Amino acid sequence: MKKLILTAAILGLSAGVAAAETVRMGTEGAYPPYNYIDDNGQVAGFERELGDKLCEMEGLTCTWVTNDWDSIIPNLLSGNYDTIIAGMSITEEREKSIDFTQAYYPPAASAYMSMDPNADLKGGVIAAQTGTIQAAHVAESGATLAEYATLDDTIAAVKNGEADAVFADKDALAPFAGTDGMEFVGDDVPLGKGIGIGLRKSDTALKDKFNDAISKMKADGSLNEMIKKYFGDDALTFN
Amino acid sequence: MFESCSDPSALHGLSWMLCYLTTGKHLLFYGSFGIVLILLAITAPVALIFGFGGALAARSALWPFKLIGRGYIAMVRGVPDIIFFLFVPIAMDQGLEFLKSRAVCEDTSAPVWSNNEFHVCAAAKIPLGSSPQLYHEIYGFALAVIAFSVVYGAFAANVLYGAMQAVPRAQLETAEAYGMTRAQVNRRVLIPQMWAYAIPGLSNLWMILIKATPLLFLLGIEDIVYWARELGATKSQIYAFPHPDWRLYYFLVLLVFYLLMTKLSEIVLAKINRRIAFGQATAAGEALRKAGA
Amino acid sequence: MSCIQTIADYGLRSIGIGERMLPRSDFTMCQQFTLIGSGMLWNLYFGILALLAGFFLATLLAVAKNSEQALFRKPAEWFIFVFRGSPLFIQFFLAYEAFAMLPRAGIPIFGITVATDWITRAWAGALVVLFFNTSAYAAEIFYGALRSVPKGDLEAADAYGMAGWTKFRRVTWPTMLRLGWPSYTNEAIFLFHATTLVFFSGFPAFRQEGDALYYAKYFADKTFNPFIPYPIAAFYFILLTLCVIAVFGLINRRLNRHIPQESRRRIRFRPQIIR
Repeated sequence: MKKLILTAAILGLSAGVAAAETVRMGTEGAYPPYNYIDDNGQVAGFERELGDKLCEMEGLTCTWVTNDWDSIIPNLLSGNYDTIIAGMSITEEREKSIDFTQAYYPPAASAYMSMDPNADLKGGVIAAQTGTIQAAHVAESGATLAEYATLDDTIAAVKNGEADAVFADKDALAPFAGTDGMEFVGDDVPLGKGIGIGLRKSDTALKDKFNDAISKMKADGSLNEMIKKYFGDDALTFN
Repeated sequence: MFESCSDPSALHGLSWMLCYLTTGKHLLFYGSFGIVLILLAITAPVALIFGFGGALAARSALWPFKLIGRGYIAMVRGVPDIIFFLFVPIAMDQGLEFLKSRAVCEDTSAPVWSNNEFHVCAAAKIPLGSSPQLYHEIYGFALAVIAFSVVYGAFAANVLYGAMQAVPRAQLETAEAYGMTRAQVNRRVLIPQMWAYAIPGLSNLWMILIKATPLLFLLGIEDIVYWARELGATKSQIYAFPHPDWRLYYFLVLLVFYLLMTKLSEIVLAKINRRIAFGQATAAGEALRKAGA
Repeated sequence: MSCIQTIADYGLRSIGIGERMLPRSDFTMCQQFTLIGSGMLWNLYFGILALLAGFFLATLLAVAKNSEQALFRKPAEWFIFVFRGSPLFIQFFLAYEAFAMLPRAGIPIFGITVATDWITRAWAGALVVLFFNTSAYAAEIFYGALRSVPKGDLEAADAYGMAGWTKFRRVTWPTMLRLGWPSYTNEAIFLFHATTLVFFSGFPAFRQEGDALYYAKYFADKTFNPFIPYPIAAFYFILLTLCVIAVFGLINRRLNRHIPQESRRRIRFRPQIIR
């Protein structure tokens, strides 16, 4: 273990000497506990800690940038930042336009949350965040899709009765369970192939670096530890 | 910020509120009001310059200038400003980086637009990927200023063009009779007199500009609307200061801010209007003269 | 898929008729033109209804603001100040948040329960905001026009023995409209432009039914190319602006029909007051 860290540090150092590369990490900042803006106005959360760790391992200088969710892919492609690390599930549709590293979070379940235990999930109004895999799923399921810009807006819409239920990533919804009678309803739906870091297709070198670092963290168990720290002991982990 | 705020969960009532309102995030929110004011302070003169150019072009005797000037004015009037705001910054950004890439990149054989991607070499990025975040924010802000200036410059051109047409023909003819060239007539007679006719329209434009500033939010700038949404949203227990949905209150603060800005502008502009009208051959100037006599 | 098929599928998509799923890959120009055009239905709906209803409220407000009695004048002044003095964008946000706070079950009034759920929907909530907004702007225009009705016209009306309602309906009001019309035309153009803000400011889109800009943004986000959908939306708006100018020009001709031919003011699309 110690040796591994040492090697990583040396590798990191040498990489740092070769090219003091700055990587701009793009995130949303409104998706706790994955990423959010803390009370000091800094990006915080699971992905912040993970991203900083990965950068440190690969000797990259990383700066954090927030961007609205609905334009997060276009702005990656136009080069405003170099990675998307924002709880973005790996899907085939997204893979057409961008590349992903291997998953750093296992395929997470999506879930419905509502104030009414008998909410009509197949024919009612379901709130989802614009441009998410959950929104695409609702549009296909036959329910009426109501789109909102952020996760907070979807929760607010359910609380004020505008939508019957919200459909989102289960871990992101978990903090709201029990507030104002909000509860998980229906079955969990597995969507996507896990969460990875999104990159431009042309950035293969950067992709290899992150893949390498994620593999190391998976191997030494530190990734699982970090997941448990943010998502609780029952969270899905890599075996 | 304060020592006593180190453990928010132990606080109640007023002291909780005091600590809550002085978190780093709130300080950023207060600072973003400054961003709005800076935007106004920079955009207003820049838009005026655009407007001046547009108006002079529209009056030009050379048809290509005239066409450009009139086209510019008509274009912006026909299309919602928000479409320009969504379009101009991206187009500017990619255009600038494209030009820079032609100048600094060693290998320019690879296509810049391919597979949905906009790709230039690292050296052609504006600002460079390695520059501090502040530079990126300033650059984004500068693009926003340009977008605002292009749009409101067209409105200003419209006002100034109208004002130039309103200057009595006889004044210009007199100047011509004195043997002044076209440029001299413009500089010595037309432009000084035009202001009296332009000020009401420009005042109105200033008000519109104030009311357009929340659109900064759509350009991805962390302005007052961004922070009001972020701060007001429901905060679960993961945050130090959890609270329910307070967006309504934050937006009420913004509403009050804008109403105050409007009121203040109305008072100042009324003073300016009086000053400008003094001694001019207009109804307002005549009223002032009579009041003085 | 041929273009005619696309138009049949998506031509009325914005109001929920036709194909349920939006196109998700292999976007064609035809799809973009059709869907963005379909979204224009919402811009037309918001613009036309807000203008029609706003016209009457604006007249009332202008008369109230011109009134000598503070009881009428003050509320009108405040209404106009609040709606003209704050950004429409903020008004949309606030209205949405405020409407969302109304009790879901409905408000009981005189034993009848008034439903409230429709008001948070864009078709109603945003329309209400646009209606108040345009009323305030138009009221300011009409108020200005009311102040500049020539004294001679009013004295002539008095000389004919007209008073009160008759005088207002036959002399004051037509003259006010005639004088304020060029500025009001401008207001109409800007109101149509303002309708593009609806789906950017709190009001959610249901079943992916939105206005022209909503679809333009959808395509810009999906194709990563802003250089096609936004100009298409701009093209539609230029057409709309030309239509507005034509219709208002016709009304202007009618309002000025009693004025001698040579002194008739051609509608000036360069009024100093824009919104």
